Amino acid sequence: MAMNGKGVLLDANTLPVKEFDGIIVGGGGSGMMASLQLAKSGMNTAVVSKVFPTRSHTVSAQGGITCSIQSADPDDDWRWHMYDTVKGSDFIGDQDSIEYMCKEGPEAIFELENMGLPFSRTEEGKIYQRAFGGQSKDFGKGGQAERTCAAADRTGHALLHTLYQANVKAGTNFLSEWFAVDLVKNANNQVVGLIAFEIESGEPFFLKSKATVLATGGAGRIYQTTSNALINTGDGTGMALRAGFPVQDMEMWQFHPTGIHGHGTLVTEGCRGEGGYLVNKDGERFMERYAPNYKDLASRDVVARSMFTEILEGRGCGPEADHVFLKLDHLGPEIVHKRLPGVTELSKRFAHVDPAEHPIPVVPTCHYAMGGIPTNVHGQVLSQSTDGTDRVIDGLYAAGEAACVSVHGGNRLGGNSLLDLIVFGRSAGLHIEESFKGGIKMNDPSKDDINYALRNLNRVNVSQSGESFTEVKKELQKSMQMSFGVFRTEKLMEEGIKEISNLREKSQNIHLADKSSQFNTARVEALELLNLIEVAEATAISANERKESRGAHSRDDYPERDDENWLKHSIYFSDTKKVSKRDVNFRPKQVQAFQPIVRTY
Amino acid sequence: MNSISANEIKTIKLSIYRFDPLKDKKPFMQDFDIDVPADKDLMVLDVLMTAKEQDPSISFRRSCREGVCGSDGMNINGKNGLGCITPLSDVIKSNKLSLRPLPGLPVIKDLIVDMKQFVDQYKKIKPYLITDKKVDTREAIPQTIEEREKIDGLYECIMCGCCSTACPSFWWNPDKFLGPAALLQAYRFIADSRDTATEERLEQLEDAFSVFRCHGIMNCVSVCPKGLNPTKAIGEIKKMLVKRAL
Repeated sequence: MAMNGKGVLLDANTLPVKEFDGIIVGGGGSGMMASLQLAKSGMNTAVVSKVFPTRSHTVSAQGGITCSIQSADPDDDWRWHMYDTVKGSDFIGDQDSIEYMCKEGPEAIFELENMGLPFSRTEEGKIYQRAFGGQSKDFGKGGQAERTCAAADRTGHALLHTLYQANVKAGTNFLSEWFAVDLVKNANNQVVGLIAFEIESGEPFFLKSKATVLATGGAGRIYQTTSNALINTGDGTGMALRAGFPVQDMEMWQFHPTGIHGHGTLVTEGCRGEGGYLVNKDGERFMERYAPNYKDLASRDVVARSMFTEILEGRGCGPEADHVFLKLDHLGPEIVHKRLPGVTELSKRFAHVDPAEHPIPVVPTCHYAMGGIPTNVHGQVLSQSTDGTDRVIDGLYAAGEAACVSVHGGNRLGGNSLLDLIVFGRSAGLHIEESFKGGIKMNDPSKDDINYALRNLNRVNVSQSGESFTEVKKELQKSMQMSFGVFRTEKLMEEGIKEISNLREKSQNIHLADKSSQFNTARVEALELLNLIEVAEATAISANERKESRGAHSRDDYPERDDENWLKHSIYFSDTKKVSKRDVNFRPKQVQAFQPIVRTY
Repeated sequence: MNSISANEIKTIKLSIYRFDPLKDKKPFMQDFDIDVPADKDLMVLDVLMTAKEQDPSISFRRSCREGVCGSDGMNINGKNGLGCITPLSDVIKSNKLSLRPLPGLPVIKDLIVDMKQFVDQYKKIKPYLITDKKVDTREAIPQTIEEREKIDGLYECIMCGCCSTACPSFWWNPDKFLGPAALLQAYRFIADSRDTATEERLEQLEDAFSVFRCHGIMNCVSVCPKGLNPTKAIGEIKKMLVKRAL
């Protein structure tokens, strides 16, 4: 039953069904870590990915994976890593989750190494670790730490390919180049699978499952300038919001300091970890003024704001004075070409400079969503009851950048995203495996339930006229860039919210001119737009609601952190467009909670 | 970066291979006039995305747009490469740019080929670490800097398929000759000091087709967008196979 141009409505009565024990949406790091766990357990699982798994955005991660494996420093301690992460989060990271990640991390790193991940090595034959931003020894008192495990500057590539290879070995079932459209819920608000179509044939299915993991990654494409891949359109987040589930801390978007000017592609923070630094048009190493101790290795939010301040105050480089320079040439070609070969390649390609000889023009670029679908440490998706308490959604899990567990709070530390992926991808897999052993009973969805999940696909398929989805997307990206960038003001945000609301109206009326079934990428892009709109609106409304400056969220009308009112997560529901608060977890199991302090670097 | 804003523009002739098997009896080339900035270089993918704005039905794969995901391998003015990291100025001839799917694989639609044969060959070489070294989950398998350097130039493959689909031996025997990409991976594991299955791997490669259909014409080397050298890796495997047979 391929989709066709005659505008025939898809219907639960004729929709083919495929049934699985578990479905993972997304074939990046967290998805493939979860699938590996499930494949080993012998469950009947499938990974639904809109691209062949090794095309996922995890592949772009460069600098490394931060973890206290005591290779560079035998005295390193996961509690120090925990302290840095809590401080980096500007104290709205959940301390039970951060504790879990930092403590469980080493085992996961060694598991990956044993699988074959080609980490760089030390003289002693151990895994090489480099310095990254926001890293300290001894709870901030012992100076800069070197805690980021690296495979040259291609760590994400090495990680993703190793995980794909391990999944090939384990016999994981990949539904590669399938697009997930919407979640299917039963009458009890339990998730029982999803609607997806095979992109090659255009054939839609109800993929029935007792456990569905959203591992769909980020949504940087809501902004005009981003380090994110073209595929990062927040599909899982959009699906969760449309199904009536909330998102958390969506105002928290990380702008990575060193995007290549004019393109958005990143060069890793590892450049600064290896000794590189930023200079303004006067050649001044300006981070010494903003962060006297950690300088260029302060947290990313701090560095990005400092760079924009330099630019706004007229000390930017280039004819438009709209960027600064990242200097690496003093390190010598040996270090630059050996430790940073990928950066050398990208820099030559997109900035036309060899970083061993000339500085790289850089400007902050949208990089990472700290916010996402709220979960507990087992990856189980949480909703909020009317009385403000957490409620587990049966059958639904989330992991990786799509999720908000929340280990990153208001600002993620470099190298912590890959650790988040593998630790929580695995913990979701483990929890599903355990639940399955105990037996999962869920009622089937009704035909109406399935038809409800088909509504967007049907609307796009039968559209006869309406808005161009590429135009709506461009307007959305422009609006987000204008109103919800590094520095935010109420007036611009309110204008932005209005514009996005109008764009949402338009998105309800998009026209897919090409109704062909075979590998119709226009259909995919039209449906992706619906996800971008959901994520953008959640970001906009949450940002305006958080009336303080914390982590990546910085506004001129509320320039200070307000722990009295906002030492909280924000929770946003799409149907009411209302933001509520949720308590941050200050109850780690094995250490004393870290209390908020003034955050300086 | 598909939207173009510049003071000076020039128009290039873009020609794209089009084929929708459900609609078209045979493939055809469709021509577009594309405005590009005169003072700024674009990547081939940028040009293609501009064309897709004119005609959204053009189909091609793309993801990272920075040369690491391997989605947009295609034949660019006669040579395989990645659209996203191939500067227009490097390939344009007489103001014309022709884009075709990677040669030798079945075309699904337009620039999208069926990668199944390619992936099947990859899977055949057991692309994962096999080791009988003691695995302690609390530590890494030791490897020296020198040992680790032996897999530089091997592990960086992004599976874009540019090399194997530029190889006449792969065109003739895509089911029996493993092709440069899979063989590069085979050697990646043979060369990894942590892997202890060299004998098993070599045994699997020992036939007239798997490796020995490579005649060293080095098309793979000339097209690899990551600058890797599959021919050299294949040569190493051949040497090991010959030594083993003696």
